[in-house]
Amino acid sequence: MLLTHSHTLLASPPCDAFLRLLNGRPVGEQKELLNKWNEMGTDEPDLSLFRPVYAPKDFLEVLINLRNPNYENGDSLSFRTHLGLIQVPLKVKDIPELKEFFVELGLTTGQLGIDDSTQVPPELFENEHVRIGQKVLAEQDSAAAQQYIRQGSPTALRAELWALILNISSQPEDILYYEQLKTNVIQHDLLVDSLIYKDVKLTASNDDYYFVFEDYLYQVLLCFSRDTSVLGHFAYNSASPPKSYIRGKLGLEEYAVFYPPNGVIPFHGFSMYVAPLCFLYHEPSKLYQIFREMYVRFFFRLHSISSHPSGIVSLCLLFETLLQTYLPQLFYHLREIGAQPLRISFKWMVRAFSGYLATDQLLLLWDRILGYNSLEILAVLAAAVFAFRAVNLMEVTSLAAAEAVLADLSTLKVMPLLQIFLFATVT
Amino acid sequence: MAGKVKWVTDIEKSVLINNFEKRGWVQVTENEDWNFYWMSVQTIRNVFSVETGYRLSDDQIVNHFPNHYELTRKDLMVKNIKRYRKELEKEGSPLAEKDENGKYLYLDFVPVTYMLPADYNLFVEEFRKSPSSTWIMKPCGKAQGKGIFLINKLSQIKKWSRDSKTSSFVTQSTKEAYVISLYINNPLLIGGRKFDLRLYVLVSTYRPLRCYMYKLGFCRFCTVKYTPSTSELDNMFVHLTNVAIQKHGEDYNHIHGGKWTVSNLRLYLESTRGKEVTSKLFDEIHWIIVQSLKAVAPVMNNDKHCFECYGYDIIIDDKLKPWLIEVNASPSLTSSTANDRILKYNLINDTLNIAVPNGEIPDCKWNKSPPKEVLGNYEILYDEELAQGDGADRELRSRQGQSLGPKGGRSRDSGRTVLTTWK
Repeated sequence: MLLTHSHTLLASPPCDAFLRLLNGRPVGEQKELLNKWNEMGTDEPDLSLFRPVYAPKDFLEVLINLRNPNYENGDSLSFRTHLGLIQVPLKVKDIPELKEFFVELGLTTGQLGIDDSTQVPPELFENEHVRIGQKVLAEQDSAAAQQYIRQGSPTALRAELWALILNISSQPEDILYYEQLKTNVIQHDLLVDSLIYKDVKLTASNDDYYFVFEDYLYQVLLCFSRDTSVLGHFAYNSASPPKSYIRGKLGLEEYAVFYPPNGVIPFHGFSMYVAPLCFLYHEPSKLYQIFREMYVRFFFRLHSISSHPSGIVSLCLLFETLLQTYLPQLFYHLREIGAQPLRISFKWMVRAFSGYLATDQLLLLWDRILGYNSLEILAVLAAAVFAFRAVNLMEVTSLAAAEAVLADLSTLKVMPLLQIFLFATVT
Repeated sequence: MAGKVKWVTDIEKSVLINNFEKRGWVQVTENEDWNFYWMSVQTIRNVFSVETGYRLSDDQIVNHFPNHYELTRKDLMVKNIKRYRKELEKEGSPLAEKDENGKYLYLDFVPVTYMLPADYNLFVEEFRKSPSSTWIMKPCGKAQGKGIFLINKLSQIKKWSRDSKTSSFVTQSTKEAYVISLYINNPLLIGGRKFDLRLYVLVSTYRPLRCYMYKLGFCRFCTVKYTPSTSELDNMFVHLTNVAIQKHGEDYNHIHGGKWTVSNLRLYLESTRGKEVTSKLFDEIHWIIVQSLKAVAPVMNNDKHCFECYGYDIIIDDKLKPWLIEVNASPSLTSSTANDRILKYNLINDTLNIAVPNGEIPDCKWNKSPPKEVLGNYEILYDEELAQGDGADRELRSRQGQSLGPKGGRSRDSGRTVLTTWK
């Protein structure tokens, strides 16, 4: 059983005063929080003693050190030797396989993100595509929606299409469930709440696109950490939720509780999974449901260790393999100067590019995650970005300089990059 | 003919000066022979004043129209729009059509406004019709949110009532003149916060009207959650979006400065409200800007040495109706964030490319028709000559790259056929 790194970090809390992981709130404080429910951003607790539990780069260190003890590599180096950071031999797709998998992204198929630009008359593709989307929604056909969205979703239809694909329909019981979670937040405060506040303040609050939604992020994430239904995803997640023990009963299983109640400890940048969704849903319980479903279907794979093809380990390996195989000169050069490409692209993939791409581009990317039910596109995009900036990267001589070349992705158009990398590059 | 453009400015802002220098222009003083003067509004008063003014020669350009205040003073703007509406009504124009409540269908884009002290009694009559309404008091000649306050009781503005009877206040009233407008207490909120839109519009000539809209406008958000509650009427952090005010708030953030791009707004609205209503909103915004310019065009001194870049402030209410709040003659060139600096630098750059073609010594007799390539981030908002020449369709298409003729046309068909003929 593989442990998540976070276990060890949480075992040594920052300060003795915070040993209580869960506190009941006094009634006065409850009332105050209820009043402030819509503007928690303006009144956060003292966060100066808190640091995020772990950041992506800490997680990367863990992944780099993963080894399969049963696997015999052989002593001699060959052209098959993987020169990247990941040393676990998982099966990843090569470009021919990716072309087949992502066939709808091919050059002869219309795409939103390419064929809807202002120079292209809408009659050629966009109008028809919108019409089909409306039909799919009218028939409430989830499978058709998933197929349809591979070519991208029109902005006006996206919220409904995602809900259809994720099977989210706001029934009264869903709204009630959310309200119940909200009540839990009001009545008890969790130590992990401070981590959430800190994360939002460090990331989304400073973001040009998402700062507006700061308060929604608290509403979603505070409820999320109390949502025990999320524990269900551990049935197919090879990680396991951290446990805590009732005071004085350390080690006694009958007194073990999952902590936080949803089993997920937020890391630095976690709130960025929620932020882009705020552009689509402004009703809190719907926003919550969509996020929760996105998490238990996709995002959890980005920060837990498994052999799943969409798991972060496979994505890292896919990225490195694509680079080493199809851009060997660039890969060797970066390696030589101490700038292993994964060290730069890892944070993009862990966050599914949220906070790095412009929002409209990010949403086009996440359309394809839903459409293909796979996160592999993140690794392909990461490789495509390197390919795009290859000329500049060949000239750098340090990791810092390489980071600088790749610091700003906000002007990138993801679909052309992906299309060129997969379908228009001579391999 | 070949010679460097000589520039002067009395506004020490790097976004201006860097733009002049990168063109290789030469800085001179106001007393020397200059070709281009980017002046503050005080200076333009002097240049064109009857006593101290001087004639500009053909190779001199300035960045303000002599009587820009017809548009940029809050009271005069309202006066001109009211006059324009009445004129259209008199000539039976379909633009001046009203609904069953007497409200203009297409020209109701300025909140009900009265001048104080002159219209005090009219205002009281209106106030008494809906005594629970909130009104906003704004000094006519100030900027940056200075001197603005909200009222919901007549007693709060009693001092303006005494003045209307006395004639000796005629001269004084221009200093203390206020406008009072119905406060839009149902603004569209995003993330629970009120915001307004700042859009830049360049006018190169008023007759024929030729104006350009800068594609990169932005939204300015308040740092505090909006509430219409009367207990917070004097909390300016809730109600006034001016950066000059918000930046003193506790939660002001220097990284994003509380600003959103207009394209973010568009993405958000299309995603949450749909494409048609969003396109309609943006079309309406363009419409009200053009109408406001048409309203003042007859009274504007269309001096050929002049161009002007205005800062339009627009508020959208929760029914997605845009309201024109005011027009600024000297939009701030101060940068509150890094992105801001880039935006304003590019704004000046694109403005200069249009106003001073090829960066060469200007000749104010030119036809002020720049080729498409130099527009940069501007797009043609309205070109009266084009509109009259080739008919409505052509003008609609030239208006913007995106929601072109067919799309624009469709959204107009819903009962507003008039808008296809912007003449």
